[in-house]
Amino acid sequence: MSRYFTEDHEWVHVDGDIGTVGITDYAQGQLGDIVFVEVPDEGKTLSKGDDAAVVESVKAASDVYSPVSGTVIEGNAALGDDPSLVNTDPEEEGWFFKITLSDTGELDGLMDEAKYEAFVAKL
Amino acid sequence: MSDDEAETIEIMTLPLDAWHRAHGGRMVEFAGYWMPVQYEGIMAEHLWVRESAGLFDVSHMGQLLLSGDGLDDELEKLIPADVKGVALGQQKYSLLLAENGGILDDLMFSRWPGGIYMVVNGACKWDDIAHLREHLPDDITLNHLDDRALLALQGPKAFDVLKRHTTGEWPLEALVFMKGGKFEIAGVETYISRSGYTGEDGFEISIPADAAAKIADLLTAEPEVKPIGLGARDSLRLEADLPLYGHDLDPETTPIMAALGFAVASKRRREEGNFPGAERILIEREQGAVTKRVGLIVEGRQPVREGAAVLDQDGSTVGKVTSGGFAPTLGQPIAMAYVPVAMAEPGTRIQLTQRGKVHEATVAPMPFVPHRYFRGAAK
Repeated sequence: MSRYFTEDHEWVHVDGDIGTVGITDYAQGQLGDIVFVEVPDEGKTLSKGDDAAVVESVKAASDVYSPVSGTVIEGNAALGDDPSLVNTDPEEEGWFFKITLSDTGELDGLMDEAKYEAFVAKL
Repeated sequence: MSDDEAETIEIMTLPLDAWHRAHGGRMVEFAGYWMPVQYEGIMAEHLWVRESAGLFDVSHMGQLLLSGDGLDDELEKLIPADVKGVALGQQKYSLLLAENGGILDDLMFSRWPGGIYMVVNGACKWDDIAHLREHLPDDITLNHLDDRALLALQGPKAFDVLKRHTTGEWPLEALVFMKGGKFEIAGVETYISRSGYTGEDGFEISIPADAAAKIADLLTAEPEVKPIGLGARDSLRLEADLPLYGHDLDPETTPIMAALGFAVASKRRREEGNFPGAERILIEREQGAVTKRVGLIVEGRQPVREGAAVLDQDGSTVGKVTSGGFAPTLGQPIAMAYVPVAMAEPGTRIQLTQRGKVHEATVAPMPFVPHRYFRGAAK
């Protein structure tokens, strides 16, 4: 099991060929109070970099891109009732969707936690 | 994740720039200045203002002082308000109008002993100054009071806080909504009006720029007061049905379309009919305009924002959302939109589209959150 990060502040936690995707703590801090999250439906096919979800703060709407290609197996229904989970627990309970990876080789292009921390430190 | 942020050049700083940064303000560009969009978070700041008191820095706004013989007559050629009827210490909302009746800016003005004090929007102030200078005769003096800062203290506890620190010719309670006067705060001369942009009771405080940090420290040292950023200012004014220039108002919009008929409430001014766009505006006042600004309660949780389309029953675009967001006080999304008058009655169901998705909404009575202005002691 490992966790990978994108320069757009998504994370994907990979277990076998199943990835769980969310946005980072840094991202939720930048967005501020989150009032709505739209997650993709089960069965949706996504290519790496596609618009996968929408996250809305009081101030603005932002797209969340899929860090990997594959087929969505579950959206996080808990975010419908309580979108503020993305603020309070962005890297665990506040996950957005689970996806079956079609090409685990894509992970090589992503950052590990140390690299992502260094990346954020420079912003 | 993406976030659309406009590229900007030569952003200016305001007198409280360092103060905001020291207090954890997240600075963004607004109206050409670095300004705090939030401190602890928009939601918490918004709710704090509704239940206690918040301090806003609105020093980006243009503070102008007009003076000279015949000023009232000359100003009445540019705005539809009854300028002559405004006594010393009274304040009025009005609109700078174009010849076609379109709105160039919205503003507050009040009578000072030496002239008319006017506060205009920060994003419009340079154009406003040029417009006023172009249309006012040369013997009217226009001073841009750019050596002054402007603070707003807003919320149900604003009076209690300010009362502790003000001295003046009158007690602070003599100021009711839309009145102003000179006061001292900690030895600093200030002009205070009882007005604001939140729907709450509150004050706007004009002070010398070099005393701004001292006054901001003094007021935020009070337990009732927290500094509030532009984010909550926007959500507060949206709940209070206060339009924002450049979004809900623009040169294509008339006062009647904007549901600001009270800005042409003076019978004398209407009979004289000598303000810009009077012919069109007075016809619209009698017969209604083609479109009208309304408030919308949006179903579900997803905010519908500026730029979303208003659809008619056939799915054709017949209007647009000009402001929209999540209303912290109500816990749901709300919006302002321009719709055909036939769809403007409260209770009318309306469809909106945003990024390919249809949202259901209902025209709501305005304001969304009742105003709590102080209009005087209960009789």
